[in-house]
Amino acid sequence: MTTKFTKDHEWVRLDGDIATVGITKHAAEQLGDVVFVELPDVGKSFGQGDDMAVVESVKAASDVYAPVAGEIVETNGAIVDAPEGVNDGPEGDGWFVKMKLSDASQLDELMDEAAYKEHAADA
Amino acid sequence: MSDLKQLPLDGLHRELGGKMVPFAGYDMPVQYPMGVKDEHLWTRAKAGLFDVSHMGQAVLSVEGGSHEDVAALIEEIVPGEIKKLGSGRIRYTLLMADDGGVLDDLMITRLPTELGHEGDLVLVVNAACKDADYAYIEKKLGGRAKLTVKDRCLLALQGPKAHEVIAALDPEAATMPFMSGRVTQLDGKNVMLSRCGYTGEDGYEISVANEDAEALARTLLARDDVAPIGLGARDSLRLEAGLCLYGHDMDPEISPVGAGLNFALGKRRRTEGGFAGADRVLRELKDGCQSIRVGLKPEGRAPAREGTAIMTENGAVIGKVTSGGFGPSVGGPIAMGYVPMTHAEEGTQVMLDIRGKLHPARVVRMPFVEPRYYRGPSA
Repeated sequence: MTTKFTKDHEWVRLDGDIATVGITKHAAEQLGDVVFVELPDVGKSFGQGDDMAVVESVKAASDVYAPVAGEIVETNGAIVDAPEGVNDGPEGDGWFVKMKLSDASQLDELMDEAAYKEHAADA
Repeated sequence: MSDLKQLPLDGLHRELGGKMVPFAGYDMPVQYPMGVKDEHLWTRAKAGLFDVSHMGQAVLSVEGGSHEDVAALIEEIVPGEIKKLGSGRIRYTLLMADDGGVLDDLMITRLPTELGHEGDLVLVVNAACKDADYAYIEKKLGGRAKLTVKDRCLLALQGPKAHEVIAALDPEAATMPFMSGRVTQLDGKNVMLSRCGYTGEDGYEISVANEDAEALARTLLARDDVAPIGLGARDSLRLEAGLCLYGHDMDPEISPVGAGLNFALGKRRRTEGGFAGADRVLRELKDGCQSIRVGLKPEGRAPAREGTAIMTENGAVIGKVTSGGFGPSVGGPIAMGYVPMTHAEEGTQVMLDIRGKLHPARVVRMPFVEPRYYRGPSA
């Protein structure tokens, strides 16, 4: 399973035809303490780059974009009930949604870990 | 390239890991590595040090004049009771436009008379408004009073441990009443020390010469109970305390009555008037005004940010949120905004349009947390 990254600091990990999506550790650190997460409904479809979720810190609200097109098949209720879970494990238990991909080739356009690290360091 | 002004303590903020952002024309620390939420909670539990040197500090005086002389002049443009302000006392009041709108909110201190400052009023105004304020005061009072802008640092130490930290440097500070100020020394530096703040906590503001500020800040930060706090927590602390942020919760269109700031209108002045905009203010005191600032408690977890539409349960837009976010001490979302008088009663249910979804909220009494100002030695 490889993990890919977007320039907007989402990560996506493919397992079969289901992709798990979250925000990166770098994004979570930049946001600070997450106090609210709004996730889409299961069954909803998004195009690549669409606003899909919202994550809020004490300071501000930020959009989370769909890194690839697809349909939501599961959402992480744990981070809705306890938003601090995003800070505790942004690239693990703090995942946002699982999506069924419409076009797996979109993953090829995203960054690998080394490229993302460079991108995050420049940001 | 940027035209941002640097605070005298810019280097210290960077050394402390402050994340610098533009605010009111200055490069300011919005947070330190502790983070906004923990900085907020630290201030409520211990003592937070804020650099608010971006704010404007000025002295208004009348050559050879008495307190009554200078007070009579400033009362032409503020609705507070300044003539009867005691020596060494501070008053929160408002800079008024002729049409009854609020141009800024400010603190006025009558310097202790025994120090030879008879007739001097110290004004502390908002950073974003200071140049306009000075120009307005000059326009209204120029030739009759002299306004001297002071290029000094202003530090705020806020929180339940603030009095211990300051009293270790100046024992008399422990029993200074809330809203009083005096000229003293801290750590060998001449300062004007005021017991006031913008967090809902007990605390002090310290006006100090730019060249002395860093050493004093380091002395305070060396105490275990003191941590540096950024603008992010300053905003969430004042929101929980129900305090207005000028340019957001108040603007030149809104009168003091609409802003819910009747407490800033002196009792004598509510009947006598005699200040810029008094016609409108006195009329609104009698007849009410169109909309009024209220506290809002969203029922869910979603923060309602500035600009969020406030609606009736039937979906009619009746107002908007002027400040809103997450209150770390409240443990949930809080907001303030303007609604018509008909919807301003405590307990009124309204709807907030957050990203197209309607979330129920209630009109609540402010502050959201009980203030803990120092009122004097307990019996």
